[in-house]
Amino acid sequence: MNVNYMYSLLAVVVLFLLSYLGVKVGLAPLFGIVIPYLAVAIFLVGVVRRVMGWAKSAVPFRIPTTCGQQKSLPWIRHSKIDNPFTPGGVVIRMILEIVCFRSLFRNTRNAIREGKLVHEWEIWLWVAALAFHYSFLVVIFRHLRLFTDPIPACVQLIEKLDSFFRFEILTDVFHFGLPAVFLSGFVLLAAVTFLFLRRVISPPVRYISLAADYFPLFLIFGIAFSGILMRYFSKVNIRSIKELTMGLVTFHPHIPDGVDPVFYVHLFFVSILLAYFPYSKLMHMAGVFLSPTRNLPGNTRAVRHVNPWNYPVPVHTYEEYEEEFREKMIEAGLPVEKE
Amino acid sequence: MSDLPKPKELISRIDRTPPHTGWMDTPVNIRKGMYCYAANPKSVEYVGLPYPHAWNPIEEDWHLPENWKEILHEGFKVRLERFRSFKVFMDICVRCGACADKCHFFIGTGDPKNMPVLRAELLRSVYRNDFTTAGKILKRIAGARPLTMDVLKEWWYYFFQCTECRRCSVFCPYGIDTAEITIMGRELLNLLGLNIDWVATPVANCYRTGNHLGIQPHAFKDMIDFFVDDIESITGIRVEPNFNKKGADILFITPSGDVFADPGTYTCMGYLMLHHFLKEKYGLDITWSTYASEGGNFGFFTSHETMKRLNAKMYAEAKRLGVKWILGGECGHMWRVINQYMDTMNGPADFLEEPVNPITGTRFENARSTKMVHISEFTADLIKHGKLDLDPARNDNLVVTFHDSCNPARGMGMFDEPRYVIQNVVNKFYDMPANTIREQTFCCGSGAGLNAGENMELRLCGGMPRAMAVKHVHEKYGVNMLATICAIDRAALPTLMDYYLPDVRVTGVTELVANALILPGEQERTTNLRGEPLPGMEEEE
Repeated sequence: MNVNYMYSLLAVVVLFLLSYLGVKVGLAPLFGIVIPYLAVAIFLVGVVRRVMGWAKSAVPFRIPTTCGQQKSLPWIRHSKIDNPFTPGGVVIRMILEIVCFRSLFRNTRNAIREGKLVHEWEIWLWVAALAFHYSFLVVIFRHLRLFTDPIPACVQLIEKLDSFFRFEILTDVFHFGLPAVFLSGFVLLAAVTFLFLRRVISPPVRYISLAADYFPLFLIFGIAFSGILMRYFSKVNIRSIKELTMGLVTFHPHIPDGVDPVFYVHLFFVSILLAYFPYSKLMHMAGVFLSPTRNLPGNTRAVRHVNPWNYPVPVHTYEEYEEEFREKMIEAGLPVEKE
Repeated sequence: MSDLPKPKELISRIDRTPPHTGWMDTPVNIRKGMYCYAANPKSVEYVGLPYPHAWNPIEEDWHLPENWKEILHEGFKVRLERFRSFKVFMDICVRCGACADKCHFFIGTGDPKNMPVLRAELLRSVYRNDFTTAGKILKRIAGARPLTMDVLKEWWYYFFQCTECRRCSVFCPYGIDTAEITIMGRELLNLLGLNIDWVATPVANCYRTGNHLGIQPHAFKDMIDFFVDDIESITGIRVEPNFNKKGADILFITPSGDVFADPGTYTCMGYLMLHHFLKEKYGLDITWSTYASEGGNFGFFTSHETMKRLNAKMYAEAKRLGVKWILGGECGHMWRVINQYMDTMNGPADFLEEPVNPITGTRFENARSTKMVHISEFTADLIKHGKLDLDPARNDNLVVTFHDSCNPARGMGMFDEPRYVIQNVVNKFYDMPANTIREQTFCCGSGAGLNAGENMELRLCGGMPRAMAVKHVHEKYGVNMLATICAIDRAALPTLMDYYLPDVRVTGVTELVANALILPGEQERTTNLRGEPLPGMEEEE
């Protein structure tokens, strides 16, 4: 039994009960209006404060991790992206890092087999990470339909692409069909499950995992699961939900009739995620932009970097050195400043 | 090494299964063979670093000042403000585990606290406790723990089991660099006088005499003169190095290790011969300095401030001597410091000229501000323009591979220059497997000041991945020579090879160059710089 994930699971179960029962006893305005507003406020203020905090810290040295050939002699092929020399190169490196998880793509694993150290390419963490982040992004983007009226064409386009997979049997006598299946939701659920299982099954990863690593996974699982439940199974009244969300976004909040309690659970989970975000490792989303080993060019020998707090330090000067060793230097025939 | 198990046994006992207790509940066990001796207080005092005192890592009481927790808390806080790297890296790790098995010390020991992520968590747990709201409220659940004596000992043990090689940083999706974490960890430990002696005493030596080994100026000259004699007996040419010469074209600075111990000494002879060749052929005037007689910088393994203090003499000496620019020898961390720190710390070097190779006319654009050029860049340029007379056949008894040293690899990106040089002076060259070279290179296991004798087991464990890769090319291609551009490598890898692969020896790149280099007017050589018969000359012995 792992205490770390039990804590986190318990926390998410408690959150579920809180919201589910809370709404049953008439606290819908709290869960539908007050908490979401509060959460968004905490998210915005928290993220800004965090980023400002990082930005306030100095960048005394230009210390990129160089992952390719430096720019040196003109006939040596320079690795412009992995060891960027110009800001343009850095931008490409950062884009690849943020959009493609380039460093994670390099991932390998090794093991000692028959007395030999064997290295292998390890792709699954990268695949799962990409699947997770991109499906989450699409899910979030799709949800814009609840906050816009009319729904922008790009949102509709994404929906169309996301729901290319349909399951329908339409004949004259027999009709069966699910509502358009959005793949992103299921991919998200699958990726979260994979990331969770990886944490639990792989001994070293389990060893390094904190409760703070499981909690967001459970929470996001809860969000995806409640969303899927509403869409495909409990078939909630989407009209009243949109009424509520439009009320929130236009700052005329009210609680319409006929909103399913599962919706409040879903919304509460999302609110918790937002409020938790700035105080957690989820801030890697913003932090990756500020990582000095990635966002600086490897050109320190060509373009001087200035350290804002570069203070003078005591040094052992040549004069002091010669003072101590002058006689020996003269004897050895070494030139000196003062005979 | 006699009390160490055979390599097979050492490898077979590596167990990556984590302990049953969580890492916060597994107290540190400071084990013989895995740690370096405590800093000599005299060395700490000599450079005026805080709290010099006698202590012993395996004793219960480390004799710390009463307010040691406050000192560390304040030190932590200051560093969070001064280094964005530190602050961001404290906050954004998601513990994905991509770094976990990238560390040579983890691969070689199986100790989970040698996983880069856990090494950083040692600091992060205290950071959360002291500096984050979540940590203050949720404590253990948020991964926070208070600073205790046990935690401090854990810091000390594991920050001196990291060679700051940055391999983990290559794979981290956020570029989290354990070298930064270790640098900060060691800075904090140094606030309490808790350095290791293998770092502290070289630092004190370097401050006083200009080099880590404490070689005084007359002795430095003597040692070089000894090489001059050797070169004469091998080539019949008496080279005449300059010392502290004002008005020379170029100041040459290299690690003192190469003056001191084999096989670095052969690389040093190589420098002398190359300089002589360039002087005779092209009139290039290069000088050594007894004051700036150290390229390496163990201050880098102590604190940023100490690094700056030791580095200052390079520019100071270049200015005093009035040279045009500086040429740097083969050294790993020396080049990280020069490439990523020197100009910022002690520049601008506006009294020097933008480096131009006067022989080829090549402008070293990439060094135009720092004004210091790497010997491999310089030599590669000379070879490319056909300015060296070379006979690679003299190295035909060698099958060579190249070990990318961590710092020139991941703190600079110098991969193709040394390979180009080697391939022009050696006929048989084979690279090790792709996962073990260039930006993915494995550390020698002894960098960042860990090249001591008392921690031999640690060094051999940490060097195992490198040794395995050499073994691969040794078995496949018959590689018998491991070339490198780092003085620590030249000191550490022979020990590693003796242990795992006694048939493979270690060389600097410039030694290979000098063996192939035809000096004007030289006698027919019968031996290489090591006094061993050249290929085809064996029977004459």
